Amino acid sequence: MATQHSRSAARLMIAPAVFALMVWMLIPLCMTLYFSFADYRPMRGSFEPWIGFENYVRFVTSSSFVDSVVTTLQMVGGILLITIVGGVMMALLLDKPMFGQGIVRILVIAPFFVMPTVSALVWKNMFFNVDNGLFSYAFQGLGMEPYDFLSQAPLFSIIVIVAWQWLPFATLILLTAVQSLDSEQLEAAEMDGAPALSRFRYIILPHLSRAITVVILIQTIFLLSIFAEIFVTTNGAFGTRTLTYLVYQRVLESQNIGLGSAGGIIAVILANIVAIFLMRIVGRNLD
Amino acid sequence: MARAITTRKKAMWTALAWAFGLLMFFPILWTFLTSFKTEATAIADPPVWFFFDWTTENYADVFDRSNYPLALTNSIIIAVGSTLLGILIAVPAAWAMAFVPGRRTKDVLLWMLSTKMLPAVGVLYPLVLVAKWLDILDSRILLVVVLMLINLPIIVWMLYTYFREIPGEILEAARMDGANLRNEILYVLTPMALPGIASTVLLNIILAWNEAFWTILLTTVSAAPLTKFIASFSAPEGLFYAKLSAASMLAIAPILVMGWFSQKQLVRGLTFGAVK
Amino acid sequence: MKLKNALFAASAIVSVTATAALAQSETTTLTIATVNNGDMVRMQTLTDDFTEQHPDIQLEWVTLEENVLRQNVTTDISTGGGAYDVMTIGTYEVPIWANNGWLVSLNDGMSDDFAADDLLPAIADGLSMDGELYAAPFYGESSMVMYRTDLMEEAGLEMPDAPTWEFIREAAAAMTDRDADINGICARGKAGWGENMAFLTAMANSFGARWFDEDWQAQFDSEEWSEALTFYLEMMEESGPAGAANNGFNENLTLFQQGKCGMWIDATVAASFVTNPEDSTVADSVGFALAPDTGLGKRGNWLWAWSLAIPTSSEKQDAAKTFISWATGPGYAELVAENEGWANVPPGTRTSLYENQEYLDAAPFAQMTLESINAADPTNPTVDPVPYTGVQFVAIPEFAGIGTQVGQEFSAALAGQQSAEEALSNAQALTTDEMEAAGY
Repeated sequence: MATQHSRSAARLMIAPAVFALMVWMLIPLCMTLYFSFADYRPMRGSFEPWIGFENYVRFVTSSSFVDSVVTTLQMVGGILLITIVGGVMMALLLDKPMFGQGIVRILVIAPFFVMPTVSALVWKNMFFNVDNGLFSYAFQGLGMEPYDFLSQAPLFSIIVIVAWQWLPFATLILLTAVQSLDSEQLEAAEMDGAPALSRFRYIILPHLSRAITVVILIQTIFLLSIFAEIFVTTNGAFGTRTLTYLVYQRVLESQNIGLGSAGGIIAVILANIVAIFLMRIVGRNLD
Repeated sequence: MARAITTRKKAMWTALAWAFGLLMFFPILWTFLTSFKTEATAIADPPVWFFFDWTTENYADVFDRSNYPLALTNSIIIAVGSTLLGILIAVPAAWAMAFVPGRRTKDVLLWMLSTKMLPAVGVLYPLVLVAKWLDILDSRILLVVVLMLINLPIIVWMLYTYFREIPGEILEAARMDGANLRNEILYVLTPMALPGIASTVLLNIILAWNEAFWTILLTTVSAAPLTKFIASFSAPEGLFYAKLSAASMLAIAPILVMGWFSQKQLVRGLTFGAVK
Repeated sequence: MKLKNALFAASAIVSVTATAALAQSETTTLTIATVNNGDMVRMQTLTDDFTEQHPDIQLEWVTLEENVLRQNVTTDISTGGGAYDVMTIGTYEVPIWANNGWLVSLNDGMSDDFAADDLLPAIADGLSMDGELYAAPFYGESSMVMYRTDLMEEAGLEMPDAPTWEFIREAAAAMTDRDADINGICARGKAGWGENMAFLTAMANSFGARWFDEDWQAQFDSEEWSEALTFYLEMMEESGPAGAANNGFNENLTLFQQGKCGMWIDATVAASFVTNPEDSTVADSVGFALAPDTGLGKRGNWLWAWSLAIPTSSEKQDAAKTFISWATGPGYAELVAENEGWANVPPGTRTSLYENQEYLDAAPFAQMTLESINAADPTNPTVDPVPYTGVQFVAIPEFAGIGTQVGQEFSAALAGQQSAEEALSNAQALTTDEMEAAGY
């Protein structure tokens, strides 16, 4: 029973948020758009305001572009896979009766509070390092050759670092969903002799589907812009250059603002395609 | 029918859960331990666990070499400031979207989320130029505003999903009783929405605290937070694991402690509409 | 009359407080961006000496890791942000930035004891343009071979003062004992224009290779590059440490100090760290030699100076000059010597330091450092002629971007992810691409 009055009040209330984001979108985004059609290379002291679509063509046709899109998808996909599978297991586990549940939960969510830079530095130096990393000691202790994670399995290493940070988030959201599960239904199924696997398959998983889509949506938004973890560990080497990182290289390392801006605009477009795709699924799941 | 849970089963779950919990926590624990070692002990082969000469020398070094109190203050101001500003703007918007949805509400939400996907570095130069023009480079207010804008979509989205779970009938009942809009928000809605707002605040403080692109590139000294503080301890010459660990602990400890103390509040509202 | 007196007194008070306020506001605060390496951190601890001499100048330090530092200062300088009054930059940036008019000339306004003519000519040349000095070197470096005398002896070999690459490779193979965790050779493998490309470009120079021919055509398809890269990959495969593709300066330094390297070819500044008994387990058995060659007339050593410069966007240029005069002047060397001993004085910038007997006595590596610096020739770095200056870099704005991408290709080759041929053809393609985009 929304009246005319409450409708206009509603509009008024949304206005500040919309306005703030409009300004945020308009000023930097329009400037980025403007630069993307310009030859802007401050190190050369050159600025030519209009060179047409040259930057876009150059960005898209360079071989690193396709590679970086593939890398981005692999990275985001890998992290999502680990955090969702791990998160579901962790959530089910945390829901079980046990001693010291509160403390376990504290231990599990701790990585979420760690700065990306810090976690990347810690993993890189104290775990992955071939000479002084803990993994190397562990490998040697088992009588194996130390393994150089960051150059032999660079993408996997970064996925591990980021998944470690995001697993708590997935676990928390999934845990809330698990806790809202109808335990009588589960018990009834158990009494009927349904094996654990099919109870999971036909009762638990459908119940969690909504939470899983939410985790996918929120995480994807954050994961598309992963930067610090790559910057600290491999600096984009060994095929870990994502689209975001490629744009970074164009802007800050090559100091080609025009080219980088074009890349930025392309990244926005691609991200939005992913977002619309996701929203479709989530939208279906949410209503 | 209460099922008797056998002690054996409970013990098994306990062992398994603790094993996973410790595994997740281990990197932080290891950093903590290393921060109290000497540089030589930090890379000892085989690794040393608990029995070494604990030293606070690394912490002293870190304090000596950089202005930790200033960085900490900046982190707090920026994280809390951007979150509160964001809440201030987002609560009315999310309220309106949840209770007076229009035809375009979904589109507006989608559009808001899409602004979050702007690759930061792509807009770096524009933003620096604008900030320079306004003469607010290296100021806390700039970071408060920028981080607020970056996280605003998440705040709105989170509040929206939370508000939507509040039954509309309660509002209608209040309206029947003659409550005006202001009272409706103040006395009916707010108490019900508080858990959601609390957990939104917490989540955003964490996100803003850990943001490490803008906070490094838009600051020099006076507004530089802990993310920049950490950048002066990564990979200097010589052995540095122990000092890096000490600096890392200093950077994450405040937010870790806050997170632990408020985890109940954080968890309660952190649903993003995941449960219906 | 009384009123007049009262007014007079009041105005006197006002003017006194105003002057006091004015005096206070004359205190200038300099914001200094530095890299977080040992020498720079030491300078921070010694700043009391400066502020005592100049109580009207306050110093604010922004100490950052090299890559983050570069992000910050480049963004600031190219947008004219004006956040920093003094920036720590290298030999690569100085001529490019000076050319854009972003740096203040240091020919005038430096204090008298700065003594610009005492600077090592090779270093000063790299920081000058058209006879104007645009940055003052804080420390200068070339590269050289650091080796373990004890392991060399065990292997029954003797290191010549000027070894060839062939010798280095043989000696490395002879010293390697992987069971004892000793790697014959440590060298940079981590991708980056200032990391593995510094080493590889300098090395390639001694193999007769070059980045570009005189028409700015990329040369990675040349025989010389193929030889140099193959040699490097094979040598590292035979005698290098595991995970070499992630090792930069710092990682190798740690390895060497732990006694895990037989030889290490890297910056001359490392000499004081590896011979410092406090950090290094092998301090008393380190020898030095010139960077290797192949008999073509060029050695594989580079030239670099971390230097202090003032951006034109700074509003405190005079105070900044005062500070730079102090930090890079001869007095600073004495200050460090007094507090930390002569061996810890920032090396490679001044002739007078290498004439100082106390320094020569305390620093066994001094002579080799000086010779290495003098052996590098940035204006004529390669066997065949090139259109660019710079030994281990090409002094054009595009180089940082290209160098890092090429470095990633070579690093991937070292990690065994692609062959030398693949790495070189990728490098050739991307360099050609970028150079075309840049309009060469």
